[in-house]
Amino acid sequence: MIGEPSLDEGALRALVPRVLAGLVRRGEDFDAAEDALQEALLEALRVWPEHPPDDPRAWLTSVATRRLVDARRSEAARARREETVQAEPPPGAAEEHDDTLFLLFRCCHPDLAPASQVALTLRAVGGLTTREIADAFYVPEATMAQRISRAKRALRGRRLDRPGDLAVVLRVLYLVYTAGHAGRVDLAREAIRLARQLTLATDEPEARGLLALLLLSHARLPARFDSEGRIVTLDRQDRSLWDAREIVEGVRVLQSALAVGRPGRYQIEAAIAALHDDAASAEETDWPQILAWYDDLLALSDDPVRRDPAAVLGRAVAVGHVLGAAAGLDETDRLREVLGERHRWHAVRGHLHELGGDLAAAADDYAEAARRATSVAERDHLIRRAARARAGG
Amino acid sequence: MPKYLLLKHYRGGPDQHRPYPPMDQWDPADVEAHRAFQHHVIELLEERGEYVDARALTPSRTWVRYGGPDAAPVTTDGPHPETSDLVAGWLMIDVESHERAVEVAAHVSSEPGPGGEPLYEWIDVREVMWERPQTTDAV
Repeated sequence: MIGEPSLDEGALRALVPRVLAGLVRRGEDFDAAEDALQEALLEALRVWPEHPPDDPRAWLTSVATRRLVDARRSEAARARREETVQAEPPPGAAEEHDDTLFLLFRCCHPDLAPASQVALTLRAVGGLTTREIADAFYVPEATMAQRISRAKRALRGRRLDRPGDLAVVLRVLYLVYTAGHAGRVDLAREAIRLARQLTLATDEPEARGLLALLLLSHARLPARFDSEGRIVTLDRQDRSLWDAREIVEGVRVLQSALAVGRPGRYQIEAAIAALHDDAASAEETDWPQILAWYDDLLALSDDPVRRDPAAVLGRAVAVGHVLGAAAGLDETDRLREVLGERHRWHAVRGHLHELGGDLAAAADDYAEAARRATSVAERDHLIRRAARARAGG
Repeated sequence: MPKYLLLKHYRGGPDQHRPYPPMDQWDPADVEAHRAFQHHVIELLEERGEYVDARALTPSRTWVRYGGPDAAPVTTDGPHPETSDLVAGWLMIDVESHERAVEVAAHVSSEPGPGGEPLYEWIDVREVMWERPQTTDAV
Protein backbone atom coordinates (compact mmCIF):
# COMPACT_ATOMS: atom_id res chain seq x y z
CA MET A 1 0.00 0.00 0.00
CA ILE A 2 1.04 3.60 -0.37
CA GLY A 3 3.55 4.61 2.29
CA GLU A 4 4.41 1.03 3.12
CA PRO A 5 7.27 0.14 0.85
CA SER A 6 7.86 -3.17 2.65
CA LEU A 7 4.95 -4.66 0.68
CA ASP A 8 5.36 -5.25 -3.05
CA GLU A 9 1.73 -4.80 -4.00
CA GLY A 10 2.37 -5.52 -7.67
CA ALA A 11 3.92 -8.89 -6.89
CA LEU A 12 1.04 -9.69 -4.56
CA ARG A 13 -1.53 -8.89 -7.22
CA ALA A 14 0.30 -10.93 -9.83
CA LEU A 15 -0.15 -13.95 -7.58
CA VAL A 16 -3.94 -13.62 -7.50
CA PRO A 17 -4.76 -15.26 -10.86
CA ARG A 18 -2.27 -18.06 -10.21
CA VAL A 19 -3.67 -18.88 -6.79
CA LEU A 20 -7.24 -18.61 -8.05
CA ALA A 21 -6.61 -20.88 -11.01
CA GLY A 22 -4.94 -23.33 -8.66
CA LEU A 23 -7.97 -23.41 -6.39
CA VAL A 24 -10.36 -23.90 -9.28
CA ARG A 25 -8.26 -26.66 -10.82
CA ARG A 26 -8.24 -28.37 -7.45
CA GLY A 27 -12.01 -28.58 -7.81
CA GLU A 28 -13.22 -25.51 -5.93
CA ASP A 29 -16.19 -23.59 -7.26
CA PHE A 30 -14.98 -20.47 -9.15
CA ASP A 31 -17.46 -18.16 -7.44
CA ALA A 32 -16.64 -19.24 -3.88
CA ALA A 33 -12.90 -19.48 -4.56
CA GLU A 34 -12.82 -15.96 -5.97
CA ASP A 35 -14.62 -14.60 -2.90
CA ALA A 36 -12.32 -16.49 -0.54
CA LEU A 37 -9.24 -15.25 -2.35
CA GLN A 38 -10.47 -11.66 -2.23
CA GLU A 39 -10.71 -12.02 1.56
CA ALA A 40 -7.23 -13.54 1.67
CA LEU A 41 -5.93 -10.64 -0.42
CA LEU A 42 -7.40 -8.07 1.96
CA GLU A 43 -5.84 -9.92 4.86
CA ALA A 44 -2.49 -10.02 3.07
CA LEU A 45 -2.62 -6.25 2.54
CA ARG A 46 -3.25 -5.88 6.28
CA VAL A 47 -0.80 -8.44 7.65
CA TRP A 48 2.13 -8.65 5.23
CA PRO A 49 3.68 -5.23 5.85
CA GLU A 50 4.37 -6.36 9.45
CA HIS A 51 4.76 -10.08 8.90
CA PRO A 52 5.88 -10.90 5.38
CA PRO A 53 5.33 -14.58 4.54
CA ASP A 54 8.11 -16.95 3.45
CA ASP A 55 6.06 -18.28 0.56
CA PRO A 56 3.45 -15.68 -0.48
CA ARG A 57 1.68 -17.99 -2.88
CA ALA A 58 1.30 -20.77 -0.33
CA TRP A 59 0.14 -18.23 2.25
CA LEU A 60 -2.62 -16.91 -0.03
CA THR A 61 -3.66 -20.43 -0.97
CA SER A 62 -3.92 -21.63 2.59
CA VAL A 63 -5.78 -18.55 3.86
CA ALA A 64 -8.21 -18.74 0.94
CA THR A 65 -8.68 -22.45 1.58
CA ARG A 66 -9.44 -21.81 5.23
CA ARG A 67 -12.08 -19.27 4.18
CA LEU A 68 -13.56 -21.78 1.76
CA VAL A 69 -13.80 -24.38 4.51
CA ASP A 70 -15.46 -21.86 6.82
CA ALA A 71 -17.91 -20.87 4.10
CA ARG A 72 -18.72 -24.47 3.35
CA ARG A 73 -19.34 -25.24 7.00
CA SER A 74 -21.85 -22.46 7.37
CA GLU A 75 -23.46 -23.46 4.11
CA ALA A 76 -23.65 -27.09 5.11
CA ALA A 77 -26.20 -26.18 7.73
CA ARG A 78 -28.41 -24.94 4.95
CA ALA A 79 -27.99 -27.70 2.45
CA ARG A 80 -25.74 -30.68 2.10
CA ARG A 81 -24.58 -30.87 -1.44
CA GLU A 82 -21.36 -31.86 -3.12
CA GLU A 83 -22.23 -31.81 -6.78
CA THR A 84 -20.34 -28.63 -7.62
CA VAL A 85 -17.03 -30.42 -7.72
CA GLN A 86 -17.23 -32.51 -10.87
CA ALA A 87 -18.22 -29.70 -13.24
CA GLU A 88 -14.67 -28.34 -13.18
CA PRO A 89 -11.82 -29.68 -15.30
CA PRO A 90 -9.61 -32.25 -13.61
CA PRO A 91 -6.58 -30.87 -11.79
CA GLY A 92 -3.34 -31.11 -13.67
CA ALA A 93 0.12 -29.64 -13.87
CA ALA A 94 -1.15 -26.66 -15.80
CA GLU A 95 1.01 -23.84 -17.01
CA GLU A 96 0.67 -20.46 -15.39
CA HIS A 97 -0.08 -18.90 -18.81
CA ASP A 98 -2.93 -21.28 -19.41
CA ASP A 99 -4.26 -20.18 -16.04
CA THR A 100 -4.34 -16.55 -17.14
CA LEU A 101 -6.12 -17.41 -20.36
CA PHE A 102 -8.53 -19.72 -18.59
CA LEU A 103 -9.47 -17.01 -16.08
CA LEU A 104 -9.75 -14.30 -18.74
CA PHE A 105 -12.14 -16.42 -20.77
CA ARG A 106 -14.13 -17.06 -17.61
CA CYS A 107 -14.33 -13.39 -16.58
CA CYS A 108 -15.01 -12.16 -20.14
CA HIS A 109 -17.83 -14.59 -20.77
CA PRO A 110 -19.85 -13.24 -23.71
CA ASP A 111 -23.10 -13.50 -21.72
CA LEU A 112 -21.94 -10.86 -19.21
CA ALA A 113 -22.48 -7.13 -19.66
CA PRO A 114 -19.27 -5.21 -20.46
CA ALA A 115 -19.19 -3.47 -17.07
CA SER A 116 -19.42 -6.84 -15.32
CA GLN A 117 -16.69 -8.34 -17.51
CA VAL A 118 -14.42 -5.42 -16.68
CA ALA A 119 -15.06 -5.56 -12.93
CA LEU A 120 -14.65 -9.32 -12.68
CA THR A 121 -11.46 -9.29 -14.77
CA LEU A 122 -9.91 -6.58 -12.62
CA ARG A 123 -10.63 -8.55 -9.46
CA ALA A 124 -9.97 -12.16 -10.47
CA VAL A 125 -7.11 -11.60 -12.92
CA GLY A 126 -5.86 -8.14 -11.99
CA GLY A 127 -5.87 -8.86 -8.27
CA LEU A 128 -7.47 -5.53 -7.39
CA THR A 129 -9.66 -5.12 -4.34
CA THR A 130 -13.34 -4.32 -4.72
CA ARG A 131 -12.63 -0.96 -3.12
CA GLU A 132 -9.99 -0.08 -5.71
CA ILE A 133 -12.25 -1.03 -8.60
CA ALA A 134 -15.12 0.98 -7.09
CA ASP A 135 -12.84 4.02 -6.72
CA ALA A 136 -11.68 3.74 -10.29
CA PHE A 137 -15.26 3.88 -11.55
CA TYR A 138 -16.57 6.35 -8.95
CA VAL A 139 -19.24 4.09 -7.52
CA PRO A 140 -19.80 2.97 -3.92
CA GLU A 141 -17.91 -0.14 -2.86
CA ALA A 142 -21.20 -1.95 -2.13
CA THR A 143 -22.38 -1.29 -5.69
CA MET A 144 -19.19 -2.72 -7.17
CA ALA A 145 -19.39 -5.73 -4.84
CA GLN A 146 -22.93 -6.36 -6.05
CA ARG A 147 -21.89 -6.00 -9.68
CA ILE A 148 -19.19 -8.62 -9.20
CA SER A 149 -21.26 -11.13 -7.27
CA ARG A 150 -24.11 -10.70 -9.73
CA ALA A 151 -21.73 -11.43 -12.61
CA LYS A 152 -20.49 -14.53 -10.86
CA ARG A 153 -24.04 -15.67 -10.20
CA ALA A 154 -24.73 -15.35 -13.92
CA LEU A 155 -21.75 -17.63 -14.60
CA ARG A 156 -22.73 -20.23 -12.05
CA GLY A 157 -23.30 -23.67 -13.44
CA ARG A 158 -21.77 -22.88 -16.81
CA ARG A 159 -19.27 -25.38 -18.08
CA LEU A 160 -15.70 -24.25 -18.48
CA ASP A 161 -14.56 -26.61 -21.17
CA ARG A 162 -15.82 -24.47 -24.03
CA PRO A 163 -13.09 -22.45 -25.74
CA GLY A 164 -13.44 -18.79 -24.83
CA ASP A 165 -13.94 -15.87 -27.16
CA LEU A 166 -10.62 -14.06 -27.54
CA ALA A 167 -12.26 -11.12 -29.32
CA VAL A 168 -14.32 -10.42 -26.19
CA VAL A 169 -11.24 -10.63 -23.96
CA LEU A 170 -9.45 -8.12 -26.19
CA ARG A 171 -12.41 -5.75 -26.10
CA VAL A 172 -12.63 -5.97 -22.30
CA LEU A 173 -8.92 -5.15 -21.91
CA TYR A 174 -9.37 -2.23 -24.31
CA LEU A 175 -12.31 -1.03 -22.19
CA VAL A 176 -10.17 -1.22 -19.06
CA TYR A 177 -7.57 0.89 -20.85
CA THR A 178 -9.99 3.58 -22.02
CA ALA A 179 -11.56 3.82 -18.56
CA GLY A 180 -8.38 5.71 -17.87
CA HIS A 181 -6.29 6.56 -14.91
CA ALA A 182 -8.65 8.08 -12.39
CA GLY A 183 -8.37 7.35 -8.71
CA ARG A 184 -5.60 5.48 -6.96
CA VAL A 185 -5.40 2.71 -9.53
CA ASP A 186 -4.02 3.44 -12.97
CA LEU A 187 -6.34 1.35 -15.12
CA ALA A 188 -4.43 2.19 -18.30
CA ARG A 189 -1.31 0.59 -16.85
CA GLU A 190 -3.35 -2.27 -15.52
CA ALA A 191 -4.72 -2.93 -19.02
CA ILE A 192 -1.20 -2.97 -20.43
CA ARG A 193 -0.09 -5.40 -17.73
CA LEU A 194 -3.01 -7.73 -18.48
CA ALA A 195 -2.50 -7.46 -22.25
CA ARG A 196 1.14 -8.37 -21.77
CA GLN A 197 0.13 -11.42 -19.74
CA LEU A 198 -2.29 -12.36 -22.50
CA THR A 199 0.41 -12.24 -25.17
CA LEU A 200 2.40 -14.75 -23.10
CA ALA A 201 -0.62 -17.04 -23.05
CA THR A 202 -1.59 -16.97 -26.73
CA ASP A 203 0.19 -16.60 -30.08
CA GLU A 204 -2.83 -14.92 -31.64
CA PRO A 205 -1.44 -11.82 -33.44
CA GLU A 206 -4.42 -9.68 -32.43
CA ALA A 207 -3.43 -10.06 -28.77
CA ARG A 208 -0.04 -8.59 -29.65
CA GLY A 209 -1.83 -6.01 -31.80
CA LEU A 210 -3.79 -4.88 -28.76
CA LEU A 211 -0.69 -4.71 -26.56
CA ALA A 212 1.08 -2.67 -29.26
CA LEU A 213 -1.89 -0.31 -29.59
CA LEU A 214 -2.04 0.26 -25.84
CA LEU A 215 1.70 0.90 -25.60
CA LEU A 216 1.80 3.23 -28.60
CA SER A 217 -1.16 5.20 -27.29
CA HIS A 218 -0.02 5.23 -23.66
CA ALA A 219 3.37 6.57 -24.77
CA ARG A 220 1.72 9.88 -25.66
CA LEU A 221 -0.14 10.21 -22.37
CA PRO A 222 2.44 12.50 -20.68
CA ALA A 223 1.90 15.06 -23.45
CA ARG A 224 -1.85 14.75 -23.67
CA PHE A 225 -2.68 17.14 -20.84
CA ASP A 226 -0.85 20.29 -19.80
CA SER A 227 0.03 21.22 -16.22
CA GLU A 228 -3.44 22.71 -15.77
CA GLY A 229 -5.11 19.50 -16.92
CA ARG A 230 -6.11 20.99 -20.26
CA ILE A 231 -6.29 18.70 -23.29
CA VAL A 232 -3.42 19.09 -25.75
CA THR A 233 -4.25 17.67 -29.17
CA LEU A 234 -1.81 15.50 -31.11
CA ASP A 235 -0.75 18.30 -33.47
CA ARG A 236 0.26 20.54 -30.55
CA GLN A 237 1.84 17.99 -28.22
CA ASP A 238 5.41 18.35 -27.01
CA ARG A 239 6.77 15.20 -28.60
CA SER A 240 9.82 15.16 -26.37
CA LEU A 241 7.45 14.17 -23.55
CA TRP A 242 6.42 10.97 -25.31
CA ASP A 243 7.67 7.76 -23.70
CA ALA A 244 10.31 6.58 -26.18
CA ARG A 245 10.72 3.24 -24.41
CA GLU A 246 7.04 2.41 -24.78
CA ILE A 247 7.13 3.42 -28.44
CA VAL A 248 10.09 1.14 -29.13
CA GLU A 249 8.43 -1.77 -27.38
CA GLY A 250 5.09 -1.06 -29.09
CA VAL A 251 6.68 -1.02 -32.54
CA ARG A 252 8.58 -4.23 -31.83
CA VAL A 253 5.43 -6.02 -30.61
CA LEU A 254 3.48 -4.73 -33.61
CA GLN A 255 6.10 -5.92 -36.10
CA SER A 256 6.11 -9.40 -34.62
CA ALA A 257 2.30 -9.47 -34.89
CA LEU A 258 2.19 -8.20 -38.48
CA ALA A 259 4.82 -10.78 -39.47
CA VAL A 260 2.25 -13.52 -38.85
CA GLY A 261 0.29 -12.18 -41.81
CA ARG A 262 -3.14 -12.18 -40.20
CA PRO A 263 -3.95 -8.49 -39.67
CA GLY A 264 -6.94 -7.46 -37.58
CA ARG A 265 -8.38 -4.28 -36.15
CA TYR A 266 -5.98 -3.94 -33.22
CA GLN A 267 -2.91 -4.48 -35.37
CA ILE A 268 -4.17 -1.91 -37.86
CA GLU A 269 -5.01 0.65 -35.18
CA ALA A 270 -1.59 0.04 -33.66
CA ALA A 271 0.00 0.65 -37.08
CA ILE A 272 -1.82 3.99 -37.31
CA ALA A 273 -0.69 4.89 -33.78
CA ALA A 274 2.87 3.91 -34.71
CA LEU A 275 2.85 6.27 -37.69
CA HIS A 276 1.79 9.16 -35.46
CA ASP A 277 4.44 8.23 -32.89
CA ASP A 278 7.05 8.01 -35.61
CA ALA A 279 6.63 11.60 -36.84
CA ALA A 280 9.14 14.05 -35.39
CA SER A 281 6.60 16.84 -35.83
CA ALA A 282 2.92 17.07 -36.75
CA GLU A 283 3.90 18.35 -40.23
CA GLU A 284 5.96 15.23 -40.87
CA THR A 285 3.04 12.87 -40.22
CA ASP A 286 2.76 10.31 -43.01
CA TRP A 287 -0.93 10.88 -43.72
CA PRO A 288 -1.03 8.92 -47.03
CA GLN A 289 0.15 5.81 -45.23
CA ILE A 290 -2.26 6.42 -42.35
CA LEU A 291 -5.07 6.71 -44.90
CA ALA A 292 -3.99 3.40 -46.46
CA TRP A 293 -4.22 1.69 -43.04
CA TYR A 294 -7.67 3.22 -42.50
CA ASP A 295 -8.74 1.75 -45.84
CA ASP A 296 -7.67 -1.65 -44.54
CA LEU A 297 -9.51 -1.04 -41.28
CA LEU A 298 -12.75 -0.20 -43.07
CA ALA A 299 -12.34 -3.22 -45.32
CA LEU A 300 -12.68 -5.48 -42.25
CA SER A 301 -16.39 -4.71 -42.10
CA ASP A 302 -19.04 -4.98 -44.81
CA ASP A 303 -20.89 -1.99 -43.35
CA PRO A 304 -18.30 0.22 -41.67
CA VAL A 305 -20.60 3.25 -41.36
CA ARG A 306 -22.92 1.32 -39.08
CA ARG A 307 -20.56 -1.19 -37.50
CA ASP A 308 -17.44 0.87 -37.04
CA PRO A 309 -18.32 4.57 -37.38
CA ALA A 310 -15.34 5.60 -35.24
CA ALA A 311 -13.01 4.15 -37.87
CA VAL A 312 -14.86 5.95 -40.68
CA LEU A 313 -14.56 9.19 -38.71
CA GLY A 314 -10.84 8.64 -38.15
CA ARG A 315 -10.43 7.99 -41.84
CA ALA A 316 -12.24 11.24 -42.67
CA VAL A 317 -9.52 13.15 -40.81
CA ALA A 318 -6.85 11.32 -42.83
CA VAL A 319 -8.75 12.05 -46.05
CA GLY A 320 -8.82 15.72 -45.09
CA HIS A 321 -5.06 15.77 -44.66
CA VAL A 322 -4.33 13.86 -47.86
CA LEU A 323 -7.02 15.03 -50.28
CA GLY A 324 -8.10 18.31 -48.74
CA ALA A 325 -10.60 19.55 -46.18
CA ALA A 326 -13.58 19.43 -48.55
CA ALA A 327 -12.99 15.75 -49.30
CA GLY A 328 -12.73 15.03 -45.58
CA LEU A 329 -15.97 16.85 -44.88
CA ASP A 330 -17.68 14.84 -47.63
CA GLU A 331 -16.56 11.69 -45.82
CA THR A 332 -18.12 12.85 -42.57
CA ASP A 333 -21.44 13.44 -44.36
CA ARG A 334 -22.18 9.76 -44.63
CA LEU A 335 -21.86 9.48 -40.85
CA ARG A 336 -24.36 12.21 -40.09
CA GLU A 337 -27.19 9.78 -39.43
CA VAL A 338 -25.12 7.52 -37.17
CA LEU A 339 -22.86 9.98 -35.34
CA GLY A 340 -24.58 13.33 -35.87
CA GLU A 341 -25.60 13.51 -32.22
CA ARG A 342 -22.08 12.87 -30.92
CA HIS A 343 -19.61 15.55 -30.03
CA ARG A 344 -16.74 13.77 -31.83
CA TRP A 345 -18.47 14.11 -35.18
CA HIS A 346 -18.86 17.87 -34.75
CA ALA A 347 -15.31 18.21 -33.40
CA VAL A 348 -13.88 16.45 -36.46
CA ARG A 349 -15.88 18.69 -38.77
CA GLY A 350 -14.59 21.70 -36.87
CA HIS A 351 -11.04 20.43 -37.32
CA LEU A 352 -11.58 19.90 -41.06
CA HIS A 353 -13.15 23.34 -41.52
CA GLU A 354 -10.19 24.83 -39.68
CA LEU A 355 -7.84 22.86 -41.96
CA GLY A 356 -9.64 24.33 -44.97
CA GLY A 357 -9.40 27.86 -43.57
CA ASP A 358 -13.12 28.32 -42.90
CA LEU A 359 -12.79 29.57 -39.33
CA ALA A 360 -16.39 30.76 -38.96
CA ALA A 361 -17.72 27.28 -39.81
CA ALA A 362 -15.07 25.71 -37.58
CA ALA A 363 -16.15 27.86 -34.63
CA ASP A 364 -19.78 26.84 -35.08
CA ASP A 365 -18.86 23.15 -35.23
CA TYR A 366 -16.66 23.35 -32.14
CA ALA A 367 -19.38 25.17 -30.23
CA GLU A 368 -21.88 22.49 -31.26
CA ALA A 369 -19.41 19.79 -30.20
CA ALA A 370 -18.89 21.50 -26.83
CA ARG A 371 -22.64 21.38 -26.17
CA ARG A 372 -22.57 17.60 -26.67
CA ALA A 373 -19.32 16.76 -24.89
CA THR A 374 -19.50 14.11 -22.17
CA SER A 375 -16.48 15.21 -20.17
CA VAL A 376 -15.57 18.51 -18.60
CA ALA A 377 -12.06 18.47 -20.08
CA GLU A 378 -13.38 17.96 -23.62
CA ARG A 379 -16.09 20.57 -23.23
CA ASP A 380 -13.58 23.15 -22.03
CA HIS A 381 -11.18 22.21 -24.80
CA LEU A 382 -13.88 22.57 -27.47
CA ILE A 383 -15.05 25.89 -26.09
CA ARG A 384 -11.46 27.17 -26.27
CA ARG A 385 -11.14 25.99 -29.86
CA ALA A 386 -14.40 27.66 -30.79
CA ALA A 387 -13.27 30.90 -29.14
CA ARG A 388 -9.88 30.71 -30.86
CA ALA A 389 -11.46 30.12 -34.25
CA ARG A 390 -13.84 33.06 -33.75
CA ALA A 391 -10.90 35.24 -32.80
CA GLY A 392 -9.29 34.37 -36.14
CA GLY A 393 -7.21 31.28 -35.27
CA MET B 1 -20.50 3.15 -17.95
CA PRO B 2 -22.11 6.57 -17.95
CA LYS B 3 -23.70 8.01 -14.82
CA TYR B 4 -27.10 9.64 -14.84
CA LEU B 5 -28.86 11.90 -12.42
CA LEU B 6 -32.59 11.24 -12.21
CA LEU B 7 -34.11 14.46 -10.88
CA LYS B 8 -37.46 14.67 -9.15
CA HIS B 9 -39.16 18.04 -8.94
CA TYR B 10 -41.51 19.66 -6.44
CA ARG B 11 -42.68 21.72 -9.37
CA GLY B 12 -41.70 22.63 -12.91
CA GLY B 13 -41.29 20.47 -15.98
CA PRO B 14 -44.01 19.31 -18.35
CA ASP B 15 -47.66 19.39 -17.22
CA GLN B 16 -48.57 16.56 -14.88
CA HIS B 17 -49.79 13.57 -16.84
CA ARG B 18 -52.43 12.87 -14.18
CA PRO B 19 -52.68 15.66 -11.62
CA TYR B 20 -52.55 14.48 -8.00
CA PRO B 21 -52.90 16.28 -4.67
CA PRO B 22 -49.90 17.02 -2.44
CA MET B 23 -48.76 14.06 -0.38
CA ASP B 24 -50.06 15.42 2.94
CA GLN B 25 -53.57 14.93 1.56
CA TRP B 26 -53.07 11.26 0.68
CA ASP B 27 -54.40 8.31 2.61
CA PRO B 28 -51.64 7.34 5.11
CA ALA B 29 -51.48 3.83 3.66
CA ASP B 30 -50.78 5.31 0.22
CA VAL B 31 -47.95 7.37 1.68
CA GLU B 32 -46.46 4.21 3.19
CA ALA B 33 -46.79 2.35 -0.11
CA HIS B 34 -45.10 5.22 -1.91
CA ARG B 35 -42.15 5.21 0.49
CA ALA B 36 -41.88 1.43 0.39
CA PHE B 37 -41.71 1.56 -3.39
CA GLN B 38 -38.88 4.09 -3.30
CA HIS B 39 -36.89 1.90 -0.90
CA HIS B 40 -37.54 -1.03 -3.16
CA VAL B 41 -36.24 0.85 -6.20
CA ILE B 42 -33.00 1.61 -4.39
CA GLU B 43 -32.63 -1.99 -3.22
CA LEU B 44 -33.16 -3.18 -6.76
CA LEU B 45 -30.53 -0.80 -8.13
CA GLU B 46 -28.09 -1.83 -5.39
CA GLU B 47 -28.69 -5.45 -6.19
CA ARG B 48 -27.97 -4.83 -9.88
CA GLY B 49 -24.80 -2.90 -9.09
CA GLU B 50 -26.17 0.33 -10.57
CA TYR B 51 -26.76 2.44 -7.46
CA VAL B 52 -24.55 5.45 -6.72
CA ASP B 53 -26.48 7.87 -4.56
CA ALA B 54 -29.93 9.14 -3.61
CA ARG B 55 -30.78 12.38 -1.83
CA ALA B 56 -33.81 14.47 -1.05
CA LEU B 57 -33.79 18.26 -0.83
CA THR B 58 -35.92 20.47 1.39
CA PRO B 59 -38.21 22.78 -0.58
CA SER B 60 -36.80 25.92 1.04
CA ARG B 61 -34.58 27.83 -1.31
CA THR B 62 -32.21 30.76 -1.00
CA TRP B 63 -30.82 32.47 -4.06
CA VAL B 64 -27.43 34.02 -3.39
CA ARG B 65 -25.20 36.24 -5.45
CA TYR B 66 -22.02 38.22 -5.02
CA GLY B 67 -22.89 41.64 -3.63
CA GLY B 68 -19.96 43.49 -5.14
CA PRO B 69 -16.71 44.68 -3.55
CA ASP B 70 -16.96 45.19 0.24
CA ALA B 71 -20.66 44.37 0.21
CA ALA B 72 -22.50 41.50 1.85
CA PRO B 73 -23.82 38.69 -0.38
CA VAL B 74 -27.25 39.46 -1.76
CA THR B 75 -29.84 36.83 -0.89
CA THR B 76 -33.45 36.30 -1.69
CA ASP B 77 -35.54 33.77 0.19
CA GLY B 78 -38.63 34.21 -1.90
CA PRO B 79 -41.45 34.09 -2.49
CA HIS B 80 -40.48 32.68 -5.87
CA PRO B 81 -42.80 32.44 -8.83
CA GLU B 82 -44.81 29.21 -8.76
CA THR B 83 -43.68 28.48 -12.29
CA SER B 84 -39.98 28.15 -11.46
CA ASP B 85 -38.42 24.68 -11.31
CA LEU B 86 -37.84 23.33 -7.82
CA VAL B 87 -35.78 20.18 -7.52
CA ALA B 88 -36.97 17.75 -4.83
CA GLY B 89 -34.13 15.25 -4.93
CA TRP B 90 -32.10 12.93 -7.06
CA LEU B 91 -31.10 9.40 -7.71
CA MET B 92 -27.69 8.83 -9.25
CA ILE B 93 -27.12 5.63 -11.19
CA ASP B 94 -24.22 4.06 -13.07
CA VAL B 95 -25.62 2.14 -16.03
CA GLU B 96 -24.72 0.59 -19.37
CA SER B 97 -26.59 3.03 -21.55
CA HIS B 98 -28.97 5.94 -21.91
CA GLU B 99 -31.70 3.42 -22.69
CA ARG B 100 -31.20 1.78 -19.31
CA ALA B 101 -31.33 5.18 -17.58
CA VAL B 102 -34.67 5.89 -19.29
CA GLU B 103 -35.93 2.48 -18.19
CA VAL B 104 -35.01 3.19 -14.56
CA ALA B 105 -36.61 6.66 -14.73
CA ALA B 106 -39.84 5.19 -16.10
CA HIS B 107 -39.86 2.69 -13.26
CA VAL B 108 -39.32 5.46 -10.71
CA SER B 109 -42.16 7.39 -12.34
CA SER B 110 -44.53 4.43 -11.92
CA GLU B 111 -44.37 4.87 -8.11
CA PRO B 112 -47.77 4.44 -6.48
CA GLY B 113 -49.78 7.56 -5.62
CA PRO B 114 -53.28 8.02 -4.20
CA GLY B 115 -55.28 4.80 -4.34
CA GLY B 116 -52.15 2.91 -5.40
CA GLU B 117 -52.40 4.27 -8.93
CA PRO B 118 -49.10 5.12 -10.69
CA LEU B 119 -48.10 8.76 -10.30
CA TYR B 120 -46.79 9.15 -13.86
CA GLU B 121 -44.42 11.75 -12.42
CA TRP B 122 -42.04 13.39 -14.90
CA ILE B 123 -38.41 12.49 -14.17
CA ASP B 124 -35.63 14.70 -15.52
CA VAL B 125 -32.83 12.42 -16.81
CA ARG B 126 -29.42 14.10 -17.02
CA GLU B 127 -26.07 12.60 -17.98
CA VAL B 128 -23.19 13.31 -15.59
CA MET B 129 -20.00 14.49 -17.31
CA TRP B 130 -16.68 12.79 -16.72
CA GLU B 131 -13.80 14.93 -15.54
CA ARG B 132 -11.56 13.62 -18.28
CA PRO B 133 -12.36 12.06 -21.63
CA GLN B 134 -12.90 8.32 -21.61
CA THR B 135 -11.37 7.90 -25.01
CA THR B 136 -7.72 8.54 -25.51
CA ASP B 137 -7.53 10.32 -28.84
CA ALA B 138 -8.50 13.93 -29.17
CA VAL B 139 -9.10 16.11 -32.18
